[in-house]
Amino acid sequence: MKRLVAWAAFLLGCLYFLLPLIGMTEFSLKMRRGEYSFDAYVRVFEDPRFWETFGYSLTLAAATIVFGVLLVVPTAYWVRLKLPQARPIIEFITLLPLVIPAIVIVFGYIRLYNTSSFLPLTGSAFGTDILLTMGYATLALPYMYRAVDTGLRTIDVATLTEAAQSLGAGWFTILARIILPNVLVAVLSGAFLTLAIVIGEFTMAALLNRPAFGPYMQLLGANRAYEPPALAVIAFAITWGCMGLIQLVTRFSKHERAKA
Amino acid sequence: MPQARPRARPKWRLPVEWLGILPFVAFALLFLILPTMKIVIGAFQSPDGGFTLQNLIDLNTDSIRNAYWTSIKLSLITALLGCAVGFAMAAAVVFGGLPKRLRSPLLTFSGVASNFAGVPLAFAFIATLGPAGLVTLWLKTEFGINLRAYGFNLLSFWGLVVTYLFFQIPLMILIIIPALDGLKREWREAAEVLGATWAQYWRMVALPILFPSLLGTFALLFANSFGAVATAFALTGPQLNIVPIKLFAQIRGDVLGNPNLGYALAFGMIVITGLANVIYIVLRTRSERWLK
Repeated sequence: MKRLVAWAAFLLGCLYFLLPLIGMTEFSLKMRRGEYSFDAYVRVFEDPRFWETFGYSLTLAAATIVFGVLLVVPTAYWVRLKLPQARPIIEFITLLPLVIPAIVIVFGYIRLYNTSSFLPLTGSAFGTDILLTMGYATLALPYMYRAVDTGLRTIDVATLTEAAQSLGAGWFTILARIILPNVLVAVLSGAFLTLAIVIGEFTMAALLNRPAFGPYMQLLGANRAYEPPALAVIAFAITWGCMGLIQLVTRFSKHERAKA
Repeated sequence: MPQARPRARPKWRLPVEWLGILPFVAFALLFLILPTMKIVIGAFQSPDGGFTLQNLIDLNTDSIRNAYWTSIKLSLITALLGCAVGFAMAAAVVFGGLPKRLRSPLLTFSGVASNFAGVPLAFAFIATLGPAGLVTLWLKTEFGINLRAYGFNLLSFWGLVVTYLFFQIPLMILIIIPALDGLKREWREAAEVLGATWAQYWRMVALPILFPSLLGTFALLFANSFGAVATAFALTGPQLNIVPIKLFAQIRGDVLGNPNLGYALAFGMIVITGLANVIYIVLRTRSERWLK
């Protein structure tokens, strides 16, 4: 009886999750009348705007990841090594982006960094790109920080640092050649999660008026019938890919550790 | 942070250690705290810069009240259903005697689905439950059921509920499975030895222990759906009257005709998601005490 209820709950849940996935796939194949075809995908891939916006979002994701790693790894390392008393404050700050909605943060950006302010970032396209990258780094901060901090927990930061220092290593060497390789799996997990968040992000990009993938998808959705579900399939595949890569690096590292 | 300063140390050494987190503090100030402060201060400023409560009072119009009410209702319902369905699926996998093989795929899928929000999610549901969607057409041709005739419209409140659940349920599953794992077998055995039935064990042992964790996740799901813009915008465009959409339109084109009212609208969002998360954090620390 209990097992029957459990199966029913599980299968009904699965049905709810599978139907939209089947629905979008089926719809995306229906562009040609009367038969299934990949016409919608061809149409999407032929659109130069698709590649432009996708490339733009990918570049921004890369910039966000690089900036995020450079910001989070030294900070998390330093807090663990020298400033354990700052830990609650730092953790609280890294959780704030989950509390303050993205739309409110970007609203603040627009008002704080407008052309007549002390730092007129929205005045130029490049400045806005930087602002958007910082916005994405903010959105990814909770995930990135938690991933790196968990990674640091598994290694003996103090001993590694002392060992490196006694061999004459400076701070840069310690961070780049000792700490980073040791938390690489955590950093990669954070990076792929950041990619998954940034690639289709809509609100910030739309309000800062940048040609990103999210606003492009929204625009296409308002004007076309068959391309949007094709885009949804592509976006789902990307998200799945990012999560798959996280699992892959985690499993790989467990394997390595087991061998050693 | 002078209060954290160890008293015995000489003063001149201290800044060096705090300098290590200076880049982080600068980043947090510039791109998180100051922008938020700007909104909060703006909500209490009149157009000429003086202090006023007028903006918050001006929020009290039919349209804005409705927007907040719809948003709160949407978040409450999706959080409640998300918690219930997510809990049922997680419990089915952890205790229901389902094959162990299902657990890892469920967690992986939940990780993907909880991140599959925004514009593409709206497309997926339009292709499924929209006017020409797979399920809509199937019900019509196979069973003669016209969803629209039953009052269901994807581009409405309940359509939004059904769509939001796609990222709410997986988030619940991701958070609650570790909590269910934390229920110790000894507790159950002890209850059974003392003659408790299955229902009594759940009512008097398991649920009270899980309660903070459940309520905490509920708060997180609430905030999660309260701040969501992209899914709703891609699904219904600018017409649905919920707070994030209203704020989006206000930022784009000052539809309220008063920039400071926009600040107040955003401030209201911070207050509501902030409250939800304070509840979450408080309850989470309480539940972690039990699950160690």
